[in-house]
Amino acid sequence: MDTPLKRTPLYAAHVRAGARMVPFGGWEMPVQYRGIIEEHRTVRSAVGCFDVSHMGEFQVEGPAALAALQKLTTNDVAALEIGQIQYSLMCYPHGGVVDDLTVYRLAPDRYMLTVNASNIPKDWAWVTEHGQGATWNNMSDDTGLIAVQGPKAEALVGRLASVEVPAIGYYRFAQGTVAGVPTLISRTGYTGEDGFELYVPAGETERLWNALHEAGAADGVAFIGLGARDTLRLEMRYALYGNDIDETTNPLEAGLGWVVKPAKGDFIGRDAIEKVRAAGPARKLIGLEMNDRSVARHGYPVVKDGGATGIVTSGTFGPSVERSIAMAYVATPHAAVGTEVGVEIRSQVKPAHVVKTPFHPSKVKKG
Amino acid sequence: MSNVPADLKYTREHEWAKQDGARIRVGITAFAQEQLGDVVFVELPKVGARLTAKQAFGVVESVKAVSDLFAPVSGEVVEANGELGQKPEIVNQDPYGKGWMLVITPANAKELDQLLTAAQYEEFLAQGGH
Repeated sequence: MDTPLKRTPLYAAHVRAGARMVPFGGWEMPVQYRGIIEEHRTVRSAVGCFDVSHMGEFQVEGPAALAALQKLTTNDVAALEIGQIQYSLMCYPHGGVVDDLTVYRLAPDRYMLTVNASNIPKDWAWVTEHGQGATWNNMSDDTGLIAVQGPKAEALVGRLASVEVPAIGYYRFAQGTVAGVPTLISRTGYTGEDGFELYVPAGETERLWNALHEAGAADGVAFIGLGARDTLRLEMRYALYGNDIDETTNPLEAGLGWVVKPAKGDFIGRDAIEKVRAAGPARKLIGLEMNDRSVARHGYPVVKDGGATGIVTSGTFGPSVERSIAMAYVATPHAAVGTEVGVEIRSQVKPAHVVKTPFHPSKVKKG
Repeated sequence: MSNVPADLKYTREHEWAKQDGARIRVGITAFAQEQLGDVVFVELPKVGARLTAKQAFGVVESVKAVSDLFAPVSGEVVEANGELGQKPEIVNQDPYGKGWMLVITPANAKELDQLLTAAQYEEFLAQGGH
């Protein structure tokens, strides 16, 4: 790949802060500042700020916007109120996943879609091809995005915001300013902690980043890299596109049936997914706990009774659960909690067992 | 720049070796642990295992990566640091001290002379370390 890596508006700030920069999905991103485990614990116990400006934002508007989104996504967009957010999927006709995303209803006929960074070109081609009739705008390069996550996130964002932050419910958003910067304040995240994702004009991202850092000093705020973002989401069993879900996986085997709403009418992938539903998925994405501290990583085989039963999609040492944990697809008969399996690590079979997920209890603000 | 104690010998794979009478103590360097990040698992051979110089003898896993450990010299393992089983983070905290990994009785003590000196290892790191 000769394509130069893209940089977010905070690139220089990361370098100044001493971050270790790595390639991620075509972007040059901070993997850690002080250490993944320390950053992970900061988010679970206080508050952390993540640069997620690499994520993509599309806006769609017009009288045909709702119909376009109903066709493109698996969840029921008609159920969205203005100010509400929905987790959803885009699927191929064969039921595989184009991307997972969040859908924001900004106005009666206007929506925003937040998509994975590495999928922006693919998703943009997909939505403009299959969402004809609506007006699409790719706002990705114009939009900065900072996630503020942790038990002290509400206090920190609340001190700087022009709107009443505690009144924003989970998967709801409000428009206002934070530290004087025009911001869409979204009560969402990818950590299992309470928190916010702050959408701002790209050119103002660094001003907000610095303001959060200054205002959060007493809360113990820290910058958090992609390394801890991964361990935090894995403890919650949140899927990561490209690891746990992709064009070869269907939503039902991934445990994402709750965002597939066939009753809403037709959408791309519906027939294929309903066939899987009728037959029952042949495999399931489950949580594994290793019996020792060895780490099961993406692509490692899962075995049962001497034969292959599946494959690890994500794995790490979970700093909060203090165990080696993984997500894996296994054959449905081996997916029950408590099932003993093995993970082949460097040609050795290491014992593991299927556990309930999330691995760590969720603290998101429900209701 | 990383800490490179003058009295140790080094490999290009970032292990250190320290002569301790007739034995050799082995661990990974400060540079190695910094590159790995938080160490969460160390897999070491059992006492009595025979190692061959430049061959992998174990692995160190960090949150993000897994890395082979290479024997600086050939010989027999006479001690393995059992404390790393429960507290692998010691490798990050004290790579040249409590984070040691093995003690080896070398098959051929002259192999130690073939390793990098501290000055040579520092130069190797200055060139990127790979």
